[in-house]
Amino acid sequence: MVFLETKNLTKKFGGNTAVNNVDFTIEKGKINAIIGPNGAGKSTFFNLVSGFHPPTSGQVIFKGKDITKLPSNKIAELGVARTFQTTNLFDQATVLDNVIVGHRLRTKSNLFDAIFRTKRLKQEEKQCRDKAIEVLDFVGLTDVAYKLAGSLSQEEKKRVAFALGLATDPEIIFLDEPAAGVNPDETDGLAELMEKMVERGITVCLIEHKMSMIMKLADKIMVLSYGEKIAEGTPEEIQNNEAVIKAYLGGSAIA
Amino acid sequence: MAGLLKQRNIIAVLIVFAIVFPFITNNNYFIHIMTLAFIWIIGVYGLNLLAGYTGYLSLAHAGFFAIGAYSLALLTTKAQMNYWLAFVLALIITSVLGMIIGLISLRTKEHFFAIYTLCVGYIIYLVIDKWDSLTGGVRGLIGIPAPGNIGPIEFNTPISNYYLVLFFLLITVLVVYRIVHSLTGRTYIAIRNSEDLAQTIGINTMKNKLMVFVISTFFAGLAGALYASFIRFIGPDIGYITITFDLLTYLIVGGIGTLSGPVIGTILIVWVSQQLQFLQDYRMMIFGPILTLLVIFYPRGISGGFIDWRAKRKEKKQNQLNLENQQMLSAQETSAASNKNG
Ligand SMILES: Nc1ncnc2c1ncn2[C@@H]1O[C@H](COP(=O)(O)OP(=O)(O)OP(=O)(O)O)[C@@H](O)[C@H]1O
Ligand SMILES: [Mg+2]
Repeated sequence: MVFLETKNLTKKFGGNTAVNNVDFTIEKGKINAIIGPNGAGKSTFFNLVSGFHPPTSGQVIFKGKDITKLPSNKIAELGVARTFQTTNLFDQATVLDNVIVGHRLRTKSNLFDAIFRTKRLKQEEKQCRDKAIEVLDFVGLTDVAYKLAGSLSQEEKKRVAFALGLATDPEIIFLDEPAAGVNPDETDGLAELMEKMVERGITVCLIEHKMSMIMKLADKIMVLSYGEKIAEGTPEEIQNNEAVIKAYLGGSAIA
Repeated sequence: MAGLLKQRNIIAVLIVFAIVFPFITNNNYFIHIMTLAFIWIIGVYGLNLLAGYTGYLSLAHAGFFAIGAYSLALLTTKAQMNYWLAFVLALIITSVLGMIIGLISLRTKEHFFAIYTLCVGYIIYLVIDKWDSLTGGVRGLIGIPAPGNIGPIEFNTPISNYYLVLFFLLITVLVVYRIVHSLTGRTYIAIRNSEDLAQTIGINTMKNKLMVFVISTFFAGLAGALYASFIRFIGPDIGYITITFDLLTYLIVGGIGTLSGPVIGTILIVWVSQQLQFLQDYRMMIFGPILTLLVIFYPRGISGGFIDWRAKRKEKKQNQLNLENQQMLSAQETSAASNKNG
């Protein structure tokens, strides 16, 4: 079943076409990957899908609904989460405090509730806290929940970023280079976590440079090069694809 | 000792101190200075919500302070309105103007926002200064009435004014405290941390920023209105940039983005500069270097520095505790193992 789909998606920054006419479909309950050389337009593709940048042309369709023109906060409300290539947490606050706000979009309390400490506020604060504790447990960070975010390792920070995304109750999560700057052992742990998300019914789409990880993990891969989709298919198909091997200079990067 | 230092107790002691202060000093001049400091603190809290908690440094704050003051002054003197009606209207006028200006200026970010609001603040000052027929221009407005009676309570003595301002200050602290410690406050902090991230976790950043901007101008207006009826005379200089920078200095010294910062910074600076009055403008030769050092070594001010110090100490303790637990566990394991072997 097509879950999320892009049609002729294009983004130009001045004369530079970062994403060029990309058609891509994401199936529900699968791990989808986007690979490609640096500057290929992968992050820009995420930015377009999550409503962060408006596309120059083309469409993004999520569960049959055209979301191309929606602002990113509305897209998040529909159940599309994402993480950024660089994790920016609030270092002076605890991990738990960082994640609690992730569930804010599912709550309604406003300034009035805040000033008068209404029942609704108390209830929703508990709801957000419970959600944060739940997703921290899910990503395996219960032990560090009360530590300052600034004191965490790179890998733990990545997990917090996942948790923050998961706290929004997404149906699909876009992860931008989740394993960058993380050592090989920890990479396996993060891969397991992504599989666990899929088991939970969350569709995953990730950008990654770590080929061995992608080839093991992904159900489907799209390859971008200079903004264009040059290949799409299963890991085996991608590994044997002429155009892909050429884009990666003789295939040395794919192994 | 640790129990004594609990936040709740400190707050209670401070409130009691503020209540008995007039009786301790019995000096009308000191009461006057303290009342003024309280008025500034209210304004600083407004600035803190916007600049400290949401990350938008507005330099138009004195402008809104002046709008509050002038609205109250004009409504009471020229329109002869009932004091408290004028008071409420002054707050509404400031907030509505705040919303309009916020809608425009919040399209910019960071330095551009600071510079943009600096210009807005200056324009507000110019309008007040040049609109002679309405504001009295450089001559200002005189004869602003003291706060109107509430039932049998009159506000024509320094002490009664002191308590009135203290009342509004306590309300302000309570409201800001509750906002900061709510989901709304978390939302603002998320915006300060990273607006992009906030937006992607579903927060309507523009709506939230506009809300804080309006609240911040509301408190500036409240401070202004109280100022006008306390001093009873106002001139365009209350909207000048120097007032903005005074408020900002109080906030930075006390601790930007902290709850106690506005109180600590304002009271400290107001009293120290009272003591250094004999130095006249040379005071700045003392303040300048101290401020510079503070910003370098304690970017989150006195209060922020204290909070960081306490957090570090707590973590150290926690680590030590973990270490001890581990040692104990491993000791138990070895003894268990040796028991088995034996
Ligand atoms: N906001 C922007 N403004 C202008 N140009 C941009 C912007 N964002 C990206 N680009 C350009 O678009 C192209 C694609 O960038 P993008 O970040 O999407 O690449 P990427 O595939 O994610 O690369 P990497 O693997 O290094 O993260 C680059 O040429 C980049 O300079
Ligand atoms: Mg990228």
